[in-house]
Amino acid sequence: MGRYVARRLLQMIPVFFGTTLLIFLMVHSLPGDPVLAMFGDKGADPATLAAKRHELGLDKSLPEQYFVYMRDMILHLDFGDQIRNGRPVTEVLGDAFPITLQLAALAFVFELTFGLALGIIGGLRAGRLADNAILLFTLLIMSIPVFVLGYIIKMVFAFNLGWISPNVSTVPQWDELIAPAVVLGGLSLAYVARLTRTSMAENLRSDYMRTAVAKGLPKRRIIGVHLMRNSMIPVVTLLGTDLGALMGGAVVTEQIFNIKGIGGIIAESISRREGTTLVGLVTILVLVYLVTSLLIDLLYAVLDPRIRYA
Amino acid sequence: MSTINKNATVPAPREGGHTGPLLEVKDLHVEFHTRDGVAKAVNGVNYSVDAGETLAVLGESGSGKSVTAQAIMGILDMPPGKIPQGEILFRGEDMLKMSDEERRKIRGRKIAMIFQDALSSLNPVLSVGYQLGEMFRVHQGLSKKDAKTRAIELMDKVKIPAAKARVSDYPHQFSGGMRQRIMIAMALALEPELIIADEPTTALDVTVQAQVMDLLAELQREYNMGLILITHDLGVVADVADKIAVMYAGRIVEQAPVHELYARPAHPYTRGLLDSIPRLDQKGQELYAIKGLPPNLLKVPTGCAFNPRCPKATDLCRTDIPALVPVTEQDGSDLPGRKSACHFWKETIHG
Repeated sequence: MGRYVARRLLQMIPVFFGTTLLIFLMVHSLPGDPVLAMFGDKGADPATLAAKRHELGLDKSLPEQYFVYMRDMILHLDFGDQIRNGRPVTEVLGDAFPITLQLAALAFVFELTFGLALGIIGGLRAGRLADNAILLFTLLIMSIPVFVLGYIIKMVFAFNLGWISPNVSTVPQWDELIAPAVVLGGLSLAYVARLTRTSMAENLRSDYMRTAVAKGLPKRRIIGVHLMRNSMIPVVTLLGTDLGALMGGAVVTEQIFNIKGIGGIIAESISRREGTTLVGLVTILVLVYLVTSLLIDLLYAVLDPRIRYA
Repeated sequence: MSTINKNATVPAPREGGHTGPLLEVKDLHVEFHTRDGVAKAVNGVNYSVDAGETLAVLGESGSGKSVTAQAIMGILDMPPGKIPQGEILFRGEDMLKMSDEERRKIRGRKIAMIFQDALSSLNPVLSVGYQLGEMFRVHQGLSKKDAKTRAIELMDKVKIPAAKARVSDYPHQFSGGMRQRIMIAMALALEPELIIADEPTTALDVTVQAQVMDLLAELQREYNMGLILITHDLGVVADVADKIAVMYAGRIVEQAPVHELYARPAHPYTRGLLDSIPRLDQKGQELYAIKGLPPNLLKVPTGCAFNPRCPKATDLCRTDIPALVPVTEQDGSDLPGRKSACHFWKETIHG
């Protein structure tokens, strides 16, 4: 197990360099010039532009820029400065990350509790009315795009009913984030519910369930211990990959509810060609993905003893 | 001051003043309601088992032998399964009239079951120690630690080497024979009065088969348990069983003490089964096989269900269902325990 973890951690190194390089190249291949954009419509004389480029290190060759960027990041944990206002990217991240984390956590709790609950109800009553209702409901959620669902919720609860404020404050309160979390976690909720349902319905028919009944165990124990342990294995995998997706994938939701999280900054950085900010943000997200997937793989081995890591 | 009640550790005496057989199945019918129609899996089965006695139930796949066992055990999937009529008397009490909770308390404690495929029948994500100990924790309220100690004792009992070291292992870490021993240990945990073994050796190789059967027979003698052995392997039956019931299409077609059945079958189906055992002295000759396929349970043939495959079938066999009648010697004297459901049992046994 220790060796497996060590190997996985070592594997993160090439993945880390690969993804940062890719993002770096992609940002630089975008049309447009961040320095030119700083001066807006009036523009500036070529000497000023060149001086600014030199100051930001943008006149160097691309490999050199990447090298300098990575050197600063790894040795000094310096992610560079934003081109537009010169704020350190780490500071921008420090502001945005807790908000995204807060939103993702709330969305995760929401999808976990309701997704599992619906899935368990559906799985235990597979083929009956409750199950069909849940299948229909989840299908509906899955077929509505996030931005539509987001605007509907905002429209109904903020404008029509006035239960929530349409925009979340700069430092969001937990209760303000409930509606965005529902929108963000809605899709995953549907997937979690369906996977749980199928997994349980399938395992209900397995031979070891019959054995558990033949042992004279009470129903609660049969379902709670014998069925759940087996049925949760695939669901845990899904939840794990979802944790990363919730953080990076909140772009649309954060826009709709005007939340100052990572998603918003990513969108903003792309439109302003803010290469350094973008690479920094994505690097953090890549690390989050790598760590959560490792944790999930380890949890997987705990849940299913047939999986052994050598 | 507390006194230790020594009696508590001694196995409880077999209670109840009931004198009849331990288990009696009377006119049991089981049907499955499927989209294609009603499949009649069991059509009026009668059999009984006494304490210490072994009944072998023989038959091909789909003959209803496993379904009967599941009905006794109360683990039939209902729906689609349904028991329209019949009685299952355990110590004289009809289990079909009991509440779910009463039946649950009998399962595992009084009647236990051993399944065919131990790998899929054991929970893959729980250690064998946990699964064995569960019996004590649920039925006897033992602590986790005590249950584990008892689980190790049980594993020793069924001769699993290094039981103490292996109690925390998972089912997939054991060999097939060892897994079946764990299944047996689980069934034996609470020293039940009746064990139903549903093809306990089918998934094992021949040498291990013999070991497992010996173990089962030995433990049965030790605890004086009734045993219902469901199998399609005539070789397994001969050494262990006291009496045999042969099933075909949901009915018992022949009942007999074990050695008499081998010597003189009274039903053409039994004869066919015996003839299809490979024999060394007939090496090189074509192996006998009963022609045709087992009947479709949605549409059982009229008359005797075996008639389309029977070499001796006549028009009578196609119209009248033969009753299970006592078989007698040629001179009319009794053959105790022998019954046959063939119109021509006389010709078959004495022919």
